[in-house]
Amino acid sequence: MHNKSVAELSRELESGKISSVELTQQFLDRLKQEDSKYNSFITVTEEQALADAQAADAQRAAGNATPWTGIPFAHKDIFCTNGVRTTCGSKMLENFVPPYDATVTDNFRKAGAVCLGKTNMDEFAMGSSNESSHFGAVTNPWGLSKGEKRVPGGSSGGSAAAVAARLVPAATATDTGGSIRQPAALCGVTGLKPTYGRVSRYGMIAFASSLDQGGAIARTAEDNALMLNVMAGFDPKDSTSLDRAVPDYTATLNEPLKGLRIGLPKEYFSDQLSPAMEEQIRAAVREYEKLGATVKEVSLPNAKLAIAAYYVIAPAEASANLSRFDGVRYGYRCEDPKDLMDLYTRTRAEGFGTEVKRRILVGTYALSAGYFDAYYLKAQKVRRLIQQDFINAFKEVDVLMSPTTPSPAFALGEKTNDPVTMYLEDIFTIAINLAGVPAMSVPAGFVDGLPVGLQIIGDYFSEARLLNAAHQFQQVTDWHQREPQ
Amino acid sequence: MQWDIVIGLEIHVQLATKTKIFSGSSTAYGAEPNTQANAVDLAMPGTLPVPNEQAFRYAVMFGLAVNAEIERRSVFERKNYFYPDLPKGYQTTQLERPIVGPGYVDLDLANGETKRVRIHHAHLEEDAGKSLHEDFHGMTGVDLNRAGTPLIEVVTEPDMTSAEEAVAFAKKLHSLVTSLGICDGDMSQGSMRFDVNISLKPKGSGTLGTRTETKNLNSFRFMEQAIAHEVERQMDILEDGGVIEQETRLYNGDRDESRSMRTKEEANDYRYFPCPDLLPVEIDDAFIEDARKRLPELPDARKARFREQYGLNDYDAGLLSGDARLATFFEDAVSHGKDAKLTANWIQGEFSARLNAEEKSVSESPISGTQLGDLVVRIADNTISSAGAKKVFDALWSGENDNVDAIIDAKGLKQVSDTGELERMVDEVLAGMPDQVAQYQNEEDPKKRKKMLGGFMGPLMKASKGQGNPKLFNEILIRKLSD
Amino acid sequence: MTISREDIEKVAVLARIRVDDEQVSALENDLGNILDLVDQLSAADTESVEPMAHPLDAVQRLRPDEVTETNQREAFQAIAPATENGLYLVPRVIE
Repeated sequence: MHNKSVAELSRELESGKISSVELTQQFLDRLKQEDSKYNSFITVTEEQALADAQAADAQRAAGNATPWTGIPFAHKDIFCTNGVRTTCGSKMLENFVPPYDATVTDNFRKAGAVCLGKTNMDEFAMGSSNESSHFGAVTNPWGLSKGEKRVPGGSSGGSAAAVAARLVPAATATDTGGSIRQPAALCGVTGLKPTYGRVSRYGMIAFASSLDQGGAIARTAEDNALMLNVMAGFDPKDSTSLDRAVPDYTATLNEPLKGLRIGLPKEYFSDQLSPAMEEQIRAAVREYEKLGATVKEVSLPNAKLAIAAYYVIAPAEASANLSRFDGVRYGYRCEDPKDLMDLYTRTRAEGFGTEVKRRILVGTYALSAGYFDAYYLKAQKVRRLIQQDFINAFKEVDVLMSPTTPSPAFALGEKTNDPVTMYLEDIFTIAINLAGVPAMSVPAGFVDGLPVGLQIIGDYFSEARLLNAAHQFQQVTDWHQREPQ
Repeated sequence: MQWDIVIGLEIHVQLATKTKIFSGSSTAYGAEPNTQANAVDLAMPGTLPVPNEQAFRYAVMFGLAVNAEIERRSVFERKNYFYPDLPKGYQTTQLERPIVGPGYVDLDLANGETKRVRIHHAHLEEDAGKSLHEDFHGMTGVDLNRAGTPLIEVVTEPDMTSAEEAVAFAKKLHSLVTSLGICDGDMSQGSMRFDVNISLKPKGSGTLGTRTETKNLNSFRFMEQAIAHEVERQMDILEDGGVIEQETRLYNGDRDESRSMRTKEEANDYRYFPCPDLLPVEIDDAFIEDARKRLPELPDARKARFREQYGLNDYDAGLLSGDARLATFFEDAVSHGKDAKLTANWIQGEFSARLNAEEKSVSESPISGTQLGDLVVRIADNTISSAGAKKVFDALWSGENDNVDAIIDAKGLKQVSDTGELERMVDEVLAGMPDQVAQYQNEEDPKKRKKMLGGFMGPLMKASKGQGNPKLFNEILIRKLSD
Repeated sequence: MTISREDIEKVAVLARIRVDDEQVSALENDLGNILDLVDQLSAADTESVEPMAHPLDAVQRLRPDEVTETNQREAFQAIAPATENGLYLVPRVIE
């Protein structure tokens, strides 16, 4: 069962071959047995999961099943879950049990899905390797057979590793600069970052509010579509969520790709990309040509500035978003504060990890008097130039394709001492968040036995087209079916 | 040396919305601590703000009332600082694009002149919670019920030149926002708080001096005192050849003292930037027109109407029209009491004195306008004397009885106006005071005679057990004594 | 671009994060490198470009003024580090 997709499991449950309680128990057993190798979960909610599975079976028996009723899955530990510890990968929230649900959490609950637990992540979603988690690094299931300990990517490294290791068929994730797509690529699974505003951010612990977007990690594009069907939609509790109809994303998966216009941004096929990686991506593009797509080179002339703009805007927003962690109303509080200043400075020094503090300080600096114009305002102007690049490109083509990452999964510890090298991991993903457009990462081959991701980028609200393109590719390739040994 | 005083004000006005500016929590005053603070108000992780339409409507109504431009596309920004009563670690406010642009207010000064005070802008923002410094084992308690209550902060140009002008402006603003119904005006509950910027410059100089800011004054009296105090302090320093430091000061009204707020360990650097959780708010013509239609009668118009409709003099009309609730109280009273001047006197006399003594606002008055009106009717038709009227007022105030006529009956306050009976009493009293009668009749000076008349009133009131109509007694006395 | 120890200490106070001398040294290096990366921005020609605060060209929705929340103090204070009589407790604040 653990190799089946959400769509397949849904049919198994519908046919009555297996109950949700049985299915859930199987996945829980596997999780408990296997996860010591990966550390992909921070919290496993066995009792709750079995109770939910029982309720799901009853719901199905009553004839009220949705495609998600009784399906086991996991939430990234950034989504608040009522009554279940939500840590955001931080010591600051090590014992934080929210008395409320994120809208995304609530949506899955209402659909009858069975949450097995909360997946590991970089602390406050700040990282590209999952090594900044207070709960320990996650190990990529790929490479383990050769005795290599590689990163799963981040920040949704736990979700990607758990799906790749078949611990769950699907998991929620979030993406601020590549945090869904990069780990999906490094773990050989399929991930979708929707258009900014498509999925509610309510109850999703904020990193950088104008960039954060909830999304999906699963093995197939079809499962991504099923996830988005549950996640997408207007939320009156999120002022930045858009009141726009949500299509059935599975309905258009089988549209033919004939005539699809693909653009290859020349800036994303630069010398940062290894020849072996480039060959895999070009081969994937050739598959699309076989499916009837046309390909042309396009340019995103300002893309090279994306990392610089991002590392002003994201830390600036984060520096304010993380001010609420002050030891007063919830979360970690230092021992015996001697005065208010001591309470604040020690709580935050002890509760936040190195990378989080680094980014708060960078953001504080960028917003401070004398630097605001040169950094923050300038970055916002560059952001508009970057957005304009995408708008221009989508006048010529339907989708853009590129590698998701410049190289496959790197070794644990390889980049932890050099934040800037780590930041460059997101060189192909970050501009997408600045523009707010949707993008996916789809398994597209291997280099040195490690998965390679193809990034497919679409115009605003073109998720259905992206899922269609990814699904059709998965009908003629089997990269997404490969299982790490 | 002679000095010019330059004063500008920043006024925080709590808006009388039902819910907070960014959440659906109630803003009702006086609830148990933290029972009106929801996940958004507490800045729980992942929670997000959704702005209240009514706060914008009220801000626009204010803008229209002060002849201001309304910003069609206003933006919220984050003002970053740490404080226990500020749950998010930033205040969501407006800086670059406030909802209300430049406007003005005209003041009628005591000398009969009109003074224009320009409004620089007014912006929407959220209030903070409250820190309670009573002793909790050396700790401070934080109540976040107030956190997120909508405020408009009104910022004036430095157009005022004396404490009197500043207070006149503050009172006018109070009158405006209460008339608009956008603020309850309860200063004792912090519904309006004033920050005063003061600087001095040599008389006639075109260059402004260094200013200080005195924060959080919550009564007109304290504001007046604080200004006088600060002007004197600055004058002393300048005349000793010193320099004024730009600083924020706290004024203690009970001791008439001020002190510099402890300088923080770092200079404030609020790091304002646009709040990414909120989008620009667009105000269109329809919204503005709707707000305009909701504008009630404003104080200036009301004052003119009070003079016209009730024949009040300028002073009475000004006093009664300023506070919207007092104006309503007056109109309720006059609708029953008819006699506008007498009603005005009672409101400004006994009624106001009693409110002040008990530190109550008009809305907290235990007696209604119509009750006072009923009382005025009985005074005007001579049913009761003014001494009796005070007794009726007391009974109404204490809640002993709510019906004026019932109180008059129960207390036997009805005046005796039967002239036959009164004449009999006068005859009796005069018969017992022959010397005084003779003295009166021999006196030529009308002033002295009038004074001597009072000497008969005491025994008369005694004879009538206080119930004789003094006016009638007076008439009868004069007639009998001239015989 | 280099960032001075003084700047780091000032920013750490603004951000309310205690840093010791050793951390300041590490931050001097790390933040310096990050700012070098960020300094690429200065090369961009942004003359007459409007700053972009948000990816969406949308306007704010406003909520009707209706009370939707009930008292949940108990649930919220159950997860608070220190409370008494319904108040959150912090070290004594002196104004």
